[in-house]
Amino acid sequence: MSYNFKEEMSKPERLAPGHRMCAGCGGTIAVRAVLRALHEGDKAVIGNATGCLEVSTFMYPYTAYEDSYIHNAFENAGATMSGVETAYNILKKKGKIDDTYKFITFGGDGGTYDIGFQSLSGAMERNHDMVYVCYDNGAYMNTGIQRSSATPMYADTTTTPVGSESNGKMQNRKDLAAIIAAHDVPYVGQSTLLGNFKDLHTKAEKAIYTPGAAFLNVMAPCPRGWRYPTEDIMKICKLGVETCYWPLFEVEHGKWMLNYEPKKKLPIEDFLRPQGRFKHLFKKGNEHLIEQFQAEVDRRWEELQFRCSKY
Amino acid sequence: MAIRERLSGNEAISYAIKQVNPDVMPAFPITPSTEIPQYVANYIANGEMDTEFIPVESEHSSMSATIGAEAAGARSLTATSSCGLALMWEELYVAASNRLPLALCLVNRALSGPININCDHSDSMGARDTGFIQIYAENNQEVYDNFVQAYRIAEHKDVMLPIMICQDGFITSHAVENIELLEDDKVKNFVGEYNPENYLLNANQPMAMGPYAVSNYYMETKMAQNTAMNNAKQVILDVGKEFGEMSGREYGFFEEYRLEDADYAMVMIGSAAGATKDAIDKLREQGMKVGLLKLRVFRPFPDEEIAMALKNCKVVAIMDRSECFRGKGGPLGAEVKAAIYDYAKDVKAFNLVYGLGGRDFTVEEAERIFNDLAAYDKDGATFEEYRYVGLRG
Repeated sequence: MSYNFKEEMSKPERLAPGHRMCAGCGGTIAVRAVLRALHEGDKAVIGNATGCLEVSTFMYPYTAYEDSYIHNAFENAGATMSGVETAYNILKKKGKIDDTYKFITFGGDGGTYDIGFQSLSGAMERNHDMVYVCYDNGAYMNTGIQRSSATPMYADTTTTPVGSESNGKMQNRKDLAAIIAAHDVPYVGQSTLLGNFKDLHTKAEKAIYTPGAAFLNVMAPCPRGWRYPTEDIMKICKLGVETCYWPLFEVEHGKWMLNYEPKKKLPIEDFLRPQGRFKHLFKKGNEHLIEQFQAEVDRRWEELQFRCSKY
Repeated sequence: MAIRERLSGNEAISYAIKQVNPDVMPAFPITPSTEIPQYVANYIANGEMDTEFIPVESEHSSMSATIGAEAAGARSLTATSSCGLALMWEELYVAASNRLPLALCLVNRALSGPININCDHSDSMGARDTGFIQIYAENNQEVYDNFVQAYRIAEHKDVMLPIMICQDGFITSHAVENIELLEDDKVKNFVGEYNPENYLLNANQPMAMGPYAVSNYYMETKMAQNTAMNNAKQVILDVGKEFGEMSGREYGFFEEYRLEDADYAMVMIGSAAGATKDAIDKLREQGMKVGLLKLRVFRPFPDEEIAMALKNCKVVAIMDRSECFRGKGGPLGAEVKAAIYDYAKDVKAFNLVYGLGGRDFTVEEAERIFNDLAAYDKDGATFEEYRYVGLRG
């Protein structure tokens, strides 16, 4: 698949400007990147779990979507799109529809890892021909930065506040991409916002055009929740990948593939230091917390390498 | 020529679903509605209908997927009972506010707890404010007939609201009775094709559904829903009349059974009307002027029509098959009393609760209630404002 950044960027936007998402929001960048992977001429129905994206892009009477769009509730983006996709199949069979439609639904980590997990699992297991894209910003940002099961350990959130008796969140994040891969769906990809967006674009295109259920997990930083300067989003994403906190991989028909291996894996401090939510880890006496964080990153990275080495 | 059969309520509504042949049916099993998706899945498996069945992983997802499918432009439905309806609660409001004319086959069952699988109306009565049209049945024939009429009402351009077709768990859903079925082509012609005006898969006009609406807009959507619900009244009558012309069984908001000259009447919903009618026949033979108003349509609520039908009664017993814990009565009692207050102030009404969690309601019980109403009226006997009937001694 050839990829030309300039060409891709000159395509008409399917998420129109003028929506109300924050400047520098990772979620919005992820949505635009995924929608660019739709082939011109193909129609789409875009779904959305309740969250920042939904309340900011479809505020009555304005929609930012050029395509048809459906928001239902917080915990049911998977099930809702199951219904839309099934309707398409039967209406096509009955000859009531001629056009080709693709089905892509977006949810934050709250709507995906947590409250919408069952609905997502059901939709993936039933193998509907749809893509579920999680824009993972590691907390419930829409309600004001509460922890989710995607929040990394020791992050300062409003429900895991750092205090004299607390170092932030106590648990590690859930590895959702691996969990969805265990559903035996045709395609799972993990990506983030990088360089010329080739990685995300390629994965989105595969996810959209592989028949059956596909899942994309996209790290999409939130400058307000992560507390870094807005303009640094691309640096933060790159550091996530170079430290192996957020590895790039895909699972195609059960086959695990690592898409990028840093020449020199950077220490996790490089990813944590620029983010205000980890500020307390850099206080004197908290070195062991960073060591623990590093140990968990290493453990997961080795496990991923092992999974990918089998093929 | 109508087809004479013997079917349970679940079989009857499933047969109607087969004849209507909707596009998409997501469902999740729950007693006593489980048979409905089972029968439909069997019809599909044997090529008798071409509906797409989605075996979802919960009732929340069944209503969510039904909403998605209906929004996409497909005629859709689901079936459930009790806790299944409770799990899809928020979705009921979403379906109604999105103005999706989908159908829900509800087999009424008590809500937990304690867990109980038998009939009462606590599930659908709890959902009375969701914006669904609610139509109830006394027996399998009415369930069948109501479903055949469902989409004609829901999809009417002046209505565009979801519809709940209710029947009593086990009593109606599982009991086999004689039934008259309509021919397939008659049902198909009556129901017609679904050609929505706006839908997601309309290639000429993309649409967005399910917006965030701030205070400037939210209230108008509720007003519009209420207008649609009011419009549904005439549509229900028109469709019921047209159905009558086709089948010989005309339907309105309620059935009046020997009510015209009755001094004492009961108001109730569902299968218990059968026992009550027997009691009425018996007491009429003894010279007591008793009657029944069996409510079919609870949403929209035909308040003026009910009050007018009851206006010549002396004392009325409003029978609730669910508890709403306001302390002095159930939901049907509250609404019928409000109607009487507005249109027939001279009628004295008492509210009784019966049949919770499948407790039997017998002919003897109905007779006792009528006799107590008469004793109150003639002898000044006491009658509690709110009474539980059929409690263990």
